[in-house]
Amino acid sequence: MDTDVRTQKGLGVTLRQDNWWGEPLAIASALITFIVYMTWAALTPTGPHGEIWYKWGSYISPAFSPYISPSWFKWSPAILILWAPAGFRATCYYFRKAYYRAFFQDPPGCAVGEEAREYKGETSFPFILQNLHRYFLYLAILLVINHWIDLAYAFTKEGPKTYYVGVGTLVLLVDTILLTFYVGSCHAWRHLVGGKLDCFSSCPSNNIRYKIWCNVTKINETHGFWAWASLFTVGFADLYVRLVAMGVWTDYKIF
Amino acid sequence: MSKIHMRVYRGNSEGGQLKDYDVEVAEGMVVLDAIHNLQATQASDLACRWNCKAGKCGSCSAEVNGKPRLMCMTRLNEFAEGETITVTPMKTFPIMKDLATDVSWNYEVNKRIPPFTPREGADWHWQQKDADRAQEFRKCIECFLCQDTCHVLREHDKKTSFAGPRFFARIASLEMHPIDGLDRTELLKDQHGIGLCNITRCCTEVCPESIRITDNAIIPLKERVVDKYYDPLRMLWSAVTGK
Repeated sequence: MDTDVRTQKGLGVTLRQDNWWGEPLAIASALITFIVYMTWAALTPTGPHGEIWYKWGSYISPAFSPYISPSWFKWSPAILILWAPAGFRATCYYFRKAYYRAFFQDPPGCAVGEEAREYKGETSFPFILQNLHRYFLYLAILLVINHWIDLAYAFTKEGPKTYYVGVGTLVLLVDTILLTFYVGSCHAWRHLVGGKLDCFSSCPSNNIRYKIWCNVTKINETHGFWAWASLFTVGFADLYVRLVAMGVWTDYKIF
Repeated sequence: MSKIHMRVYRGNSEGGQLKDYDVEVAEGMVVLDAIHNLQATQASDLACRWNCKAGKCGSCSAEVNGKPRLMCMTRLNEFAEGETITVTPMKTFPIMKDLATDVSWNYEVNKRIPPFTPREGADWHWQQKDADRAQEFRKCIECFLCQDTCHVLREHDKKTSFAGPRFFARIASLEMHPIDGLDRTELLKDQHGIGLCNITRCCTEVCPESIRITDNAIIPLKERVVDKYYDPLRMLWSAVTGK
């Protein structure tokens, strides 16, 4: 047995005495819970007798919006939508850290040993595809715009002239705001709005971009928070709409 | 005065082990003080590197209870009473003796980075907001704790193909410089291996200067590499417009 702590190698080998495994364990548990729930929700748009579960009144679950259901597509319409936000989150610079640590143990924690294997990082397939993050960002921006449109409908009940605010409206409002901050604090967005510039003061357009970049930078500092908060509210918004549609919960009218 | 129990790595390039010591300490001391006390009273041949004792020279980098830290900035009262404090040299670099490691590989990497190269005819008048980004990286004290904790170097030993977070910060300070005219993107991708970084942020977590290495240097550089090599629409745009 190697007693020299400098040369000891292997998964989990470390002199750290804190609970370094707590964070990856909590992250893995949260992500697995979310993935299992959303997969079930996406594949279960209706109840056993055909009753609609993804929609109630003017509320629509974020997993099914925009609702696209071509006649040739025989499966759940959520499948046509969810690949885009899933791709955005999977290639997100924050979630990359989270799941590389939690699922791939690459590394499991800082200054914690890994299993010996060939390492190529993000230079070869499949992880080289992380470079497509900005394309998922473009799709995510479109989805956020769509969420705001859905939210506008959620303020109505029976047609656009009947205003209605229920608990569900607030649930969808919080979800939409958090998603907007999550997408708005994206690192690729920060680069595109101004980070790519080397000189902020050289011309008036660069000055405007500098101001936008400064604001994006402010919310980018808490990108991880927006990522988790919006992940939770997306799941909860779907659950809320679903349970109200099932008749399990009642959507209380606020005004 | 009270006593703490320490385990300190003693050895050289041929190997070594942790040795146990009981060391007298006083209130307000840091780990480096305890190591000095140990040198003065029990182990006069213990090697460690230090200089300023103020967290600014970056000399006393080591691993305290497994975490890459500056010994001079690690207060003893951070540890629970009776807790053993283990001090080992940085694992990523070859050991010289005891707590002193050979970090010269870093200086070799540094030499491979093309220095500041002003654009021809550049206007040397520029504003603070242009300087802010690069100035953050100038806070680096070259303690190399980020290099030590980076798993690409520490676990996978990619020293021939990966520059490490310290030098991504340096390249970022040059690439984002408003007057620098050199494009180091190809170098970043091919020679300095930025694609090997998988953004696990350990470098940022250990930086004693609180430089946001991942968010402000590595990710922006990765995005610049994407601009040039992985964005088909941008490549098409460049081909059409010549920009």
